[in-house]
Parts: sequence; C-alpha cells; structure tokens
Amino acid sequence: MIRLDVFSSFFKVLLLLATAATILFSLRSEELDARLKGEYYALLLAITFGMFLMTSSTNLLMIFISLEMVSLTSYILAGFLTHNPRASEAAFKYITFGAVASGTMLFGLSLLFGMAGSGDLGQISVRLTELLASGEVAPLAVLIAITFVLAGVGYKIASVPFHMWSPDVYEGAPIPITAFLSVASKSAGFALFIRFFYSGFGNSELMQAVDWTFMLAIVSALTMVVGNLAALPQQNVKRLLAYSSIAHGGYLLMGAVLLTSEGIGAILFYLVVYLFMNLGAFYVVVLIANEEGSEMIESYRGLASRAPLVAWAMAIFLFSLTGIPPFAGFFGKWLLFAAVLEQGYYWLALVGLLSSVVSLYYYARIVKAMFLEDPGEETTQISFSTGTFALLSVFVIPTILIGFLNIFYTFSNISVSVIPMQ
Amino acid sequence: MVPLLYFQLLSVALFGIGFYGVLARRSAVLIVLSIELMLNAVNINLIAAASYLNGTGRFAAFDGQIIAIFVITVAAAEVGLAFAIILRMYRNRGTVNVDEINLLKW
Repeated sequence: MIRLDVFSSFFKVLLLLATAATILFSLRSEELDARLKGEYYALLLAITFGMFLMTSSTNLLMIFISLEMVSLTSYILAGFLTHNPRASEAAFKYITFGAVASGTMLFGLSLLFGMAGSGDLGQISVRLTELLASGEVAPLAVLIAITFVLAGVGYKIASVPFHMWSPDVYEGAPIPITAFLSVASKSAGFALFIRFFYSGFGNSELMQAVDWTFMLAIVSALTMVVGNLAALPQQNVKRLLAYSSIAHGGYLLMGAVLLTSEGIGAILFYLVVYLFMNLGAFYVVVLIANEEGSEMIESYRGLASRAPLVAWAMAIFLFSLTGIPPFAGFFGKWLLFAAVLEQGYYWLALVGLLSSVVSLYYYARIVKAMFLEDPGEETTQISFSTGTFALLSVFVIPTILIGFLNIFYTFSNISVSVIPMQ
Repeated sequence: MVPLLYFQLLSVALFGIGFYGVLARRSAVLIVLSIELMLNAVNINLIAAASYLNGTGRFAAFDGQIIAIFVITVAAAEVGLAFAIILRMYRNRGTVNVDEINLLKW
C-alpha cells in the first residue's frame, strides 16, 4: 500500500517545511476569520498527512484515497474566506474541476485494474509486461489508461490542459493557502507522478510497447508556453504568481520526460529551490497585503524607498524565479536543461529557454514597480518587526546559497536511487 | 455469460454522459449530479473487472470490490462538501446558475 523509502522521506521533509512556513504566514495574515482558526490549523495538518500518504503510495487504491484526501481538504481551505464572494466562486470552480479530474483519473485506474487484475503497482507492472509481450492487451489500451491517469495527476500539478482551476483558486484563496497549494500540492503531485509512472511503467519492455514520454514532452512544452504567455498581462500579483507556478510545473515536467535518474534528480532539486523562492515571494505578498490591503502591482510602487529590505528580498525571489545567476533558480534550471539536452530533446530545451526569457518580462515588471516608480500618495516608511525579517531571511538565504551547497544535490541523487529505472 | 467488454462499454457510456453533463449543465447542483454519475460509472467498471478476472494467487481479484466501496465513500464525502460550497456560494452571490458566477475572470 505505502512504501517508506528515502524518496518519500525527501518529499516529507519538503512538505513539512512548506506546512511550517504556511502556519507562520497564517499567524501574520490578517485575512483569516479569528473564530475559524481551530478548524484552519486542523485542516492544514490533515492535508499534510494526506500529502505524506501521496508521496508513499504504491497501490491504486491508496493513490486515489490520498489524492482525494488532499483534494477535499484543499477545497475547504481554498474557500476559507466565508464572506468573500470570490473565495466561494474559487472554491466552487476548484471542486468542480477537481472532482471531474479525479473521476477521470479513477476511470484510468479502473481500466488498469481491469487489465492487470491487481491494485499493487509492482504487480501491475509485471502483469502488463507479460500481457503486452504475449499480445493479449493492445498497447493502445494501456496508453489510453495512462492518459486518463495523467488527467488526474496533471490536474494536481496544474499542467496544461488541466490548469484552468489554478489562477482562479490562487486569486480567491487566502494568501497562506495559495502559497501552500503552489508549493506543497505541486511537490506531492510530482512525488505521486514519479512513483506511478516510473516504478509502475518505467521498465524497458513496457516502454518499447507504449511510449508515454512523448505525450509528457508535449504537455511540458504546452505548459511552459501557456503559463508564461498568460502571465504577461496580469495585474494581480497572486494571479501572476499562479501562472508562474503553472510555468514552473512545465519546467519540472521537462525533467520527467527523460527516463534517466539525472532527470528525476533535477526535478527533486528544483522542487527544493522552488519551495524557498515561491514561499518567499508569497510571504512578501502577505506583508504587502497586510499593509496596503491590495494585491495589485500598483500597491508595490516605490516599495524600495518605503521598505528597502523587503523590496530587495522580493527582487531576489523574482530574479531567482526567472533563473538568473547566482541565485538558486538558475542552478535548478541548469540541472533540468542539462538533463534534457543530454538525452537529445533539443526542441524541448529550446521551448524552455524561450519561455524563461519571456518570463523575465513579468517578473521584472514587479521589480520595476518597486524600484523605479515613485510611490503614490503614501510615502511613509513601513517598518516591520524583527520577527518578520527573521522569517524573510529564512527564505532569502537559501535562495542565494542553495546552488553552492553540495548537500542538496547529494540528497536529491540518493532519493532518486530507490526508483527502479533502466 | 455477458462478456466483460459489455460492462466496460456501459461504464464508458455512463462516464461520457456524466462528463457531458458537467460541461453542459447550468445549475451547480446538476453539475454535482453529473460528477456522481461519472464516479458510479467507474464503480461499474471496477466491480465487473473484479468478478471476471483471476487475481494473484488462488483468489478472484476482489481488490476491485474493495476499491469500489472506497470510491462510494469518497464520492459521498465529496458531494457533501460540494453542496456546502454551493450553499456558501448561494449565500454570497444569490444564484447557483454558473453562467452568472463570473467575478474571477481572465
């Protein structure tokens, strides 16, 4: 049912960091209703447990149950601002889209069960290889079943064409929950994705009959392109970061297309980097929303003169998200592109490169507003407490340093070794 | 005996009807109904596969029936939650017609 190994421990550490950060953000956020705090933190812990199960699940039933546990809890958390009409609309769109996606995934899982006769991923792998070799099962049937499952997993990691819920939910949910969903939900989704596709369908005989990596390459390219292009006209910072999260999911999927351990190791490393830079960016959004009450780019104008340290921190996060050296985002993208180019997927690397270049425009637009524009009517200095700067530095320092420390690379590579791959 | 294929075709047909319902319905309640139809189609698929296949070892593949029971439970939980969200949306916006719920746009 579940399998406890270094791979799942890696993701559990990431998820715990994300939950701790979300709890700290929620303490400082002024959006949440004080009467509902008990339920809020209980739900956060429940969703963390569900994500732990997602990272360890090796049975079709456990995959479905853990995915649903995470999904249902996140529907509630997304709609947590009860009197905000945008929040309830976001929660409704989320649950409709999510229920359809997980229903589709469940249909794919039931087809796989119908072909293989067992729920366990290892036995499915063995049995499907036998059936494909003897010709009793058409490869197209397996490919269709895998595509249906990809619908559900792709919804969780917000890849095109299952990304439509993401901007609306990110805009309507409270900011700490947006931060949590963007980082933790994506990490757990990728853990499930890697375990299902690689330990279930990664062996070479199956791959010769059914080549599902080409489908993933197309999804990855589309996700990068759509995510980056749709972010260009955005004025709401949360919506912009939502589309940028979609694009980062596309970069991560690039590493999944290859069947090498370097590709998966690059994904794991990039998830660590992505956690720090994305949570840091959302923390700055929390601070500005508390101060100004708005999430639009206009409220960031002149931030460099009003709160210089926070503005510099935001600039570091945004440049790291773009992939500019020497920040950690550059090293993450470097590993991904290196793995892709090594296997010969030149067109995919080119698409990734061009979308990274395009992403500089919308990240730099926020930096420009902060540094190069005069603040509006209020030119007062905003002073933040020491605790705020301490928490901010928890995210800034790793963003600057991760690329240069060896330990994260080692941890990623060790975690990959437990996934059987040729 | 009825071949397994017929059960699977029934399941696919129901899944398709449910999927069409989600896309074409204007009332939020009917969308949730269509989602339920999709999940029940999956249940038919699972139980039919469980009764036709020989699983591992000496036993029939009863995993399918176990998964089907879990799916029923999860579908019930999801519907409860969906109606709570629809109720909240109705109190905030005054309608359950999804065409009129369009605050979050491009």
